[in-house]
Amino acid sequence: MTQFPALFRRHLIPVAMAGTLALAAGPAAAQQKTIKIGFVSTFSGPTAVIGNDMRNSFELALDHLGRKMGGLPVEAIYEDDQQKPEVGKQKTDKLIESDKVDFIVGYIWSNVLLASLKSAVDSKTFLITSNAGPSQLAGELCSPYVFSTSWQNDQTPQAMGLYMNQKGVKTAFLIGPNYAAGKDMLAGVASTFKGQVIGQELTKWPDQLDFSAELSKARAAKPDAIFVFYPGAAGVQFLTQYAQAGLKGQIPLYTAFTIDETTLPRQKDLALGVPGAQQWVNDLPNEQNKKFVADYIKKHPGARPSFYGAQSYDAANLVNSAVVAVKGDTSKKDEMRREMEKANFKSVRGNFKYGKNHMPIQNFYLQDVVKDAEGNFVLKTVATIVQNDQDRFHDKCPMK
Amino acid sequence: MTPMVNARNVVVAALLAFLLLLPVYTGVTGNTFLLTLFTRILILALAATSLNLILGYGGMVSFGHAAYLGIGGYAIGILAAEGITSGFIQWPVALVTSALVALIIGLFCLRTRGVYFIMITLAFAQMIYYVAAGLARYGGDDGLTIYRRSQFDGLNLSNKPTFYYLCLVLLLAAIYLVWRLVNSRFGMVIQGARSNERRMQSIGFPTFRYRLTCFVIAGTMCGLAGALLANHTDFVSPAMMYWTRSGDLIVMVVLGGMSSTFGPLIGAVALLVLEEVLSGFTEYWQIILGPLLLLVVLFARRGIDGLLAGVAFARAPKPDSLDAKVPRG
Amino acid sequence: MIYFIEQCLNGVQLGMLLFLLAAGLTLIFGIMDLVNLAHGSLYMLGAYFAASLVAWTDSFLLGVPLALAATLVVGMAVEVIAMRRLYGRDHLDHVLGTFGLILFFNELVRLIWGPAGMTLFLPAWLNVAVPLLPGLAYPLYRVVIIMVTILVALFLYALVMRTRLGMLIRAGASNREMVGALGINIKLLYTFVFGLGAALAGFAGLMQAPILTVQIGMGENILIVAFVVIVIGGIGSIRGAFIASLFVGMVDTIGRAFFPDLLRLVLSKEAAATAAPALSSMLIYLLMAAVLVLRPEGLFPAANR
Repeated sequence: MTQFPALFRRHLIPVAMAGTLALAAGPAAAQQKTIKIGFVSTFSGPTAVIGNDMRNSFELALDHLGRKMGGLPVEAIYEDDQQKPEVGKQKTDKLIESDKVDFIVGYIWSNVLLASLKSAVDSKTFLITSNAGPSQLAGELCSPYVFSTSWQNDQTPQAMGLYMNQKGVKTAFLIGPNYAAGKDMLAGVASTFKGQVIGQELTKWPDQLDFSAELSKARAAKPDAIFVFYPGAAGVQFLTQYAQAGLKGQIPLYTAFTIDETTLPRQKDLALGVPGAQQWVNDLPNEQNKKFVADYIKKHPGARPSFYGAQSYDAANLVNSAVVAVKGDTSKKDEMRREMEKANFKSVRGNFKYGKNHMPIQNFYLQDVVKDAEGNFVLKTVATIVQNDQDRFHDKCPMK
Repeated sequence: MTPMVNARNVVVAALLAFLLLLPVYTGVTGNTFLLTLFTRILILALAATSLNLILGYGGMVSFGHAAYLGIGGYAIGILAAEGITSGFIQWPVALVTSALVALIIGLFCLRTRGVYFIMITLAFAQMIYYVAAGLARYGGDDGLTIYRRSQFDGLNLSNKPTFYYLCLVLLLAAIYLVWRLVNSRFGMVIQGARSNERRMQSIGFPTFRYRLTCFVIAGTMCGLAGALLANHTDFVSPAMMYWTRSGDLIVMVVLGGMSSTFGPLIGAVALLVLEEVLSGFTEYWQIILGPLLLLVVLFARRGIDGLLAGVAFARAPKPDSLDAKVPRG
Repeated sequence: MIYFIEQCLNGVQLGMLLFLLAAGLTLIFGIMDLVNLAHGSLYMLGAYFAASLVAWTDSFLLGVPLALAATLVVGMAVEVIAMRRLYGRDHLDHVLGTFGLILFFNELVRLIWGPAGMTLFLPAWLNVAVPLLPGLAYPLYRVVIIMVTILVALFLYALVMRTRLGMLIRAGASNREMVGALGINIKLLYTFVFGLGAALAGFAGLMQAPILTVQIGMGENILIVAFVVIVIGGIGSIRGAFIASLFVGMVDTIGRAFFPDLLRLVLSKEAAATAAPALSSMLIYLLMAAVLVLRPEGLFPAANR
């Protein structure tokens, strides 16, 4: 996490304060050009585990690239958004104005992304979201400077809704957090689920980690199934309380983004038999993925990469494809954009295409939790739910 | 009589000169981040100046002053979201709303003293915070992006140096206004009420009315700062109003020097520059700031202004009269 | 109906946690006239100590008392090093000084334990639900919280009302100069009271840790609510703190549980979901404002302030 140029710049302030208006030493071009990538994610609080996974995967990608893109050295600057929109925005502004980054990657949370969007777009800085996918971004707020290496929020729950139809679920109760992504998730399930949604609860996010009220309501409604979306530590809490309330085994649970490699170590057998949907699972059989997972486990023993990490790994390679295409001249923004629109890199989920709104058109798989030979809890691909799925907001995007 | 040329006046003069010439410097070196940082400092200095009026001079320790930042900011944000981007409509709305809210809050709170006053101003600020967090249409907790800054004919707020100078002009006007107020009969009554309200009342001054007016003026001024802040960050969120932000403002006022003209500005500059500098050295800089605050409270009660004027160890002006324990003033 | 009973129980449980915090806060305020914003930091430290010590000793029953002891020690150390110098100064000085302590403790915790927060796992025997009524399976741990805090309340009552020490505490709350003049070692008394408050706060922190969270800054939110409680209950009064905590806990929980449904009658589902927690949070502040305006000494003030 080198911040040397920024450090140098900051120390100018006390000098200036003394009243000396001596002009700063030397033009910035005296230092060798590096490709600067800002990375905004959450590195504090209970969801720091996600940010760390993303950082580890991004670093691994840079290692695999030899820490160079287009022949130029790469510098990654990581900033913590503390899961707060206003902080994420502040950090984004700092990366753009103070560190003058060429690309910004990251953003776990949709609300943080939406708050930071204007700064990136106004300054014409490329923003690659490697997780958040609010519906507005796929629709009316789409921008030539924003790309996604993840999905649009609705897509994954939509896939789960399709699966619930396959399983013959007739009535469902939906529970999720009350912020941009939570609303997208519940809307996504409702859009493909053919049965009846007999109840829906949105909880205060991120403060509310006590779901006893919502679980009681769900139990009282007697649905065929409960669908839930709670990322990070909240997912652990939910499954724990679900079991504590005696619902496990009584009402089946269907999830999106609630069970993944970051939460599985703590959920353990509470997650057994609970299905989820995802566009990437760690056992997808392509070459790039095998290398990614194997090297990640080697570099971080005891840990496995999650989809958050896989998406960040892809983001690094997407950026690389653009920089290589312009041979390191990052001022050629139109060329870089055209290259990125081709999705011309080896993604760990297998090749995919971009829609005109820069959202991936990709497959979604059914994942289940099993115990492997060593007794660890791992995720396994069970089936493909839908192929080449495109988000349902791309018509609202004014780009061609 | 302190001589004209003393440490404090020199520092203030140098600071003003620096602030005046900063955009020239950043224009030449291209360091826009510095300009952004100092625009923010100027806006918060304006908020601190308004707080100093009631806290430093008036002895009213309001722990809910950040609420006005939010009210001013949300006035801009909500109007912009509804398509009304003319500054000539937005800013008066922000000011009038802040004044009205300050009037209502003042009517309730100014009947109390001491720690009860602190708590009730805090309560009201939290209530306003929760109202903003409950506005689903305007983002709630996630906040609201402002896509177009306030439009004024002939003045382009999106131009960084223009906006910076606007903030500077407004700040200096506010400092001047506070100075005039404090040095007038109005100011004498306020300060008299701070040290001994009963005596002021027995002389015949309706102190409640004076203090309420003072409270409303301070709230309106802070609402203006809120409008500026919304334009500066192109974003408003309830977090602007959380009680710890009010705490930050109080810190600025005390650090700079309560009941001094330029204290709030010095405090804002000191705190925010310190934050930038310290966070360049270590990411755990608040470990230094925390005890520093405690030390200032214990040993440099008159703040930086006091230190410069050579009165570091003097007792600070007591914010409350001797009957502070009595709940009703 | 079952749902309502469950929410009432949750309200009582929240109230009891608040009581632990408020009791310490009101004692410190009542006896030393000290506005202690850093009380939330002690709450946070209790949770962190518990998370670490339970993990280290691999035993919930061993880790918890150790964490309590650790918080007590830290509390007394803070009193000796920092708080002593603030006695007798105005409340603004207290506010500023302890605000600085909040910043310090948040960073210290980040330095020692890292930014990610921690988890405190319940032992399996606590992690079950008990059938309190037919159809109502309530988590055992929450029942334990209620029982234990009632015991603590009784202990505090006994301490304050029936022991010599308690007599000193009550006397100090009414007239501290007199107590000092009578030759009692006021300094020691203060250190003890502060330590007791710290232990109570730490206890609240560690009790809520398994069901809620252990993270930096967790004290800030609940501190304000604790202040609201002591203002409503009456500064310096433990009885007032008890009743006010229960009251506030119930209002907050029932409000959060039923307000959204009420609002949904008027607003859209989404708007209701956003507005409801906000408005129900406002309720307790409205309550406090009302109390301050109508009966500023609080509902059950300590005698002879």
